[in-house]
Amino acid sequence: MRLLLSGKAKCNSHGQDSPYFHGWQEYEKNPYDQTWNPKGIIQMGLAENHALVQFMAEIRGNKVSFDPSKIVLTAGATSANETIIFCLAEAGDAILIPTPYYPGFDRDLKWRTGADIVPIHCASSNGFKITACALQQAYQEAQNRNLKVKGVLITNPSNPLGTTMTRAELDLLMEFIVEKQIHLVSDEIYSGTVFSSPNYTSTMEVLSKYEKAEVWDSVHVVYSLSKDFGLPGFRVGAIYSNNDWVIATATKMSSFGLVSSQTQYFLSSLLSDKKFTKNFISENKKRLKKQHALLVSGLWNAGISCLESNAGLFCWVDMRHLLSSNTFEAEMELWQKIVYDVKLNISPGSSCHCSEPGWFRMCFACMTEEALEVAIRRIKACVESVSGGRDKVLSRQRCTNMNSGKKSFSSWVFRVPIHDREAGMVLRGPDPNYRRSHHDQVEAT
Amino acid sequence: MEFASEKKREILSSIARNDGHGEHSPYFDGWKAYDRNPFHPTQNPDGVIQMGLAENQLSFDLIEEWIKNNPTASICTPAGVGKFKDVANFQDYHGLMEFRQAVAKFMGRVRRGKATFDPNHVVMSGGATGASETLIFCLANPGDAFLVPSPYYPAFDRDIRWRTGVRLIPVPCDSSNNFQVTLAQMESAYTKAIEANINVKGVILTNPSNPLGITLSKETLTSLLSFTFEKNLHMVCDEIYSATVFNSPAFTSISEVMQETECNPDLVHIIYSLSKDLGLPGFRVGIIYSYNDQVVNCARKMSSFGLVSSQSQHLLASMLSDEVFVKKFLEESSRRLAKRYSRFVEGLKQEGIHCLEGNAGLFFWMDLRHLLKEPTHDAEMELWRVIIKDVKLNVSPGSSFHCTEPGFFRVCFANMDDHTVEVALKRIKEFVSNAMEVAMLRNTGERGISA
Repeated sequence: MRLLLSGKAKCNSHGQDSPYFHGWQEYEKNPYDQTWNPKGIIQMGLAENHALVQFMAEIRGNKVSFDPSKIVLTAGATSANETIIFCLAEAGDAILIPTPYYPGFDRDLKWRTGADIVPIHCASSNGFKITACALQQAYQEAQNRNLKVKGVLITNPSNPLGTTMTRAELDLLMEFIVEKQIHLVSDEIYSGTVFSSPNYTSTMEVLSKYEKAEVWDSVHVVYSLSKDFGLPGFRVGAIYSNNDWVIATATKMSSFGLVSSQTQYFLSSLLSDKKFTKNFISENKKRLKKQHALLVSGLWNAGISCLESNAGLFCWVDMRHLLSSNTFEAEMELWQKIVYDVKLNISPGSSCHCSEPGWFRMCFACMTEEALEVAIRRIKACVESVSGGRDKVLSRQRCTNMNSGKKSFSSWVFRVPIHDREAGMVLRGPDPNYRRSHHDQVEAT
Repeated sequence: MEFASEKKREILSSIARNDGHGEHSPYFDGWKAYDRNPFHPTQNPDGVIQMGLAENQLSFDLIEEWIKNNPTASICTPAGVGKFKDVANFQDYHGLMEFRQAVAKFMGRVRRGKATFDPNHVVMSGGATGASETLIFCLANPGDAFLVPSPYYPAFDRDIRWRTGVRLIPVPCDSSNNFQVTLAQMESAYTKAIEANINVKGVILTNPSNPLGITLSKETLTSLLSFTFEKNLHMVCDEIYSATVFNSPAFTSISEVMQETECNPDLVHIIYSLSKDLGLPGFRVGIIYSYNDQVVNCARKMSSFGLVSSQSQHLLASMLSDEVFVKKFLEESSRRLAKRYSRFVEGLKQEGIHCLEGNAGLFFWMDLRHLLKEPTHDAEMELWRVIIKDVKLNVSPGSSFHCTEPGFFRVCFANMDDHTVEVALKRIKEFVSNAMEVAMLRNTGERGISA
């Protein structure tokens, strides 16, 4: 019997077949708990602010003033992002997004709107920063695909990188959107999670100092209370724009996903307690910083480095040296081991459209300190077992044909294309000597 | 200034630039008139009385009492705050299991046990507005069409069509048979659409009807369900007013009819909400209930765009599981709606104004054809402007519901207190006697007889 559903119902644009979501499903089948399931999978794939449950704060913690008539409330940032794209783009149009990016964008921005995403490829060689060249290449790629570019969408602070955008990048973006006469949407959902320097520069701050007035109507901000305050269940999102047509249209569209008045009432009371919100933001950042440091140093002790980051609820972790080959297949292989054997749900870089294999996003704020320590012990044990097996494999490989083609977990470490590993990237960790000794051992094969 | 404004608009999508949002309808103009000059018994006794908003405000005291007696249902009380963390973190688009179970049970209770609902087929959405749109996104592609009996709820034009690109084809009903939709009318509309090469995907019924305030008969539902089965069309039933039935005949849901009529369950879907039955429009609790697993799966993914706040899910799960409360509420709410309806209809009858005999909903369908200068939509709009401006009642003109017959108006009765009801009736009385005088003068003038 032919099923009479829409193309949208039958297609995969919802993006839920991504490993990003499979990891969650595995977690749900076997979740870690300190007491009743210490061998369960630890949730590191969800970017929740688990560190604080009691809070109040201001809508943004940055240095610009916002006009309340220019905000539209929506049911979460998911709804806000979809709504803004419905306002700006349609089938045949493209939105440029720097990679790696939040996997949910594939659904939120494309599925029902019909718009397309064209990636702006960012590389580890410069810490994944946006370059003028990458912007132009993305624009060209869209044109090659007969897509009309309607705007650029950034996440600042970045998910999954955990970094704040530099002033230089923001200026570059402004120049670009003026040149191309397109929009800029800045998803600032993590704006309250900047826990160390450099200080956060929001898009609106840069815009307010921008001379060319026409750009004011082309810059829009998306926000939510889900990350900064850890209230994802309450579905509180917002669109902010100086463009009154966008605000008028988005307001009409918000009927499809309004915020529950019960929740609005509660939060307006919470947020108007300025003393509390100030204290909350500062305490939250302290706890994020501590948890972040725990993860980074724990990983470092296991021979794993991270992109230097100062915001967000996650780290962008470099596990390229653990890949059996510099391929996305190897990345998936490693990811499966980590989810099923090591029992950590982390997100593979490919699900975030990263152009380089071997990067993973690990969330640190959705668990207790104890759970984080367990996670780190598991990773360390895993890497140590690799190192422990290394000597035996080394002697075996001296006697056997190197092109046997047989892959095993323990032999991965010997086929690392590490020549580009450190180029231009800042590594975090207490003992730089570790890297050198690690290099030496691998190069000895 | 205008050029700059146009330029701002040009950089938007065509959906953003078109009028598909439908807010230029007089349905909304009346609301705007009210917003500018709202009635208040003491602070603004000459203001516009809102009779264009279908809200159920008659039974809030029952809900307030329940909330006071159940502090653990709220995560903002000392008794309930222990659940705050779990609830605030919960963003799973399946929804809280206890919420879905409670909704399923409530829906079964409203249907007097004649149908049962599976919690795994309950999908949340951002109010019925979100539910309608999402369901259509799952069922149809741009250019496809749904048949809908008119008069129908004006916002369907936005909810069903705006962002989906789907079309609505009205099936006009009229006063000759009390606006009952017939199989013959449906078949005729379907045939015309097919001949015009329109891809008809389904039928949308609102039962009980908005704006008519009547329930569809079992016979009508059966014949229409068979029709959709025969033509392989979706049957979408918006049952948002299912618990507002205050007089016989009792409510018959499509879920009941399905059990006794040959049909394909994969083609049957219900839209529901707690906005009207419980009077909680602010909580944005929309529900899609589909018998089609694929639709459930797809709609659930789409529900990410309009999930119900977990805080509200938690409260309502508790409230709707309280069988004693639910029984009491449903009975009392019906009783109060019946009483209020009766007061209005009797009051209007005394002024020679008749209404369609209704048994459900939060409004009645008022017949003012005898007050029109001529039987045209222009004359209806002229009368409507007088009612808004001079009588200061926001009622909704039939044309905004795509009614083909001029002179009918939808009047909401459940969103005001008893005092405001009397003020409204008094204004109508004055208006009618003035209008009758004017009509008499006009008639004598036309006949050339001196007054």
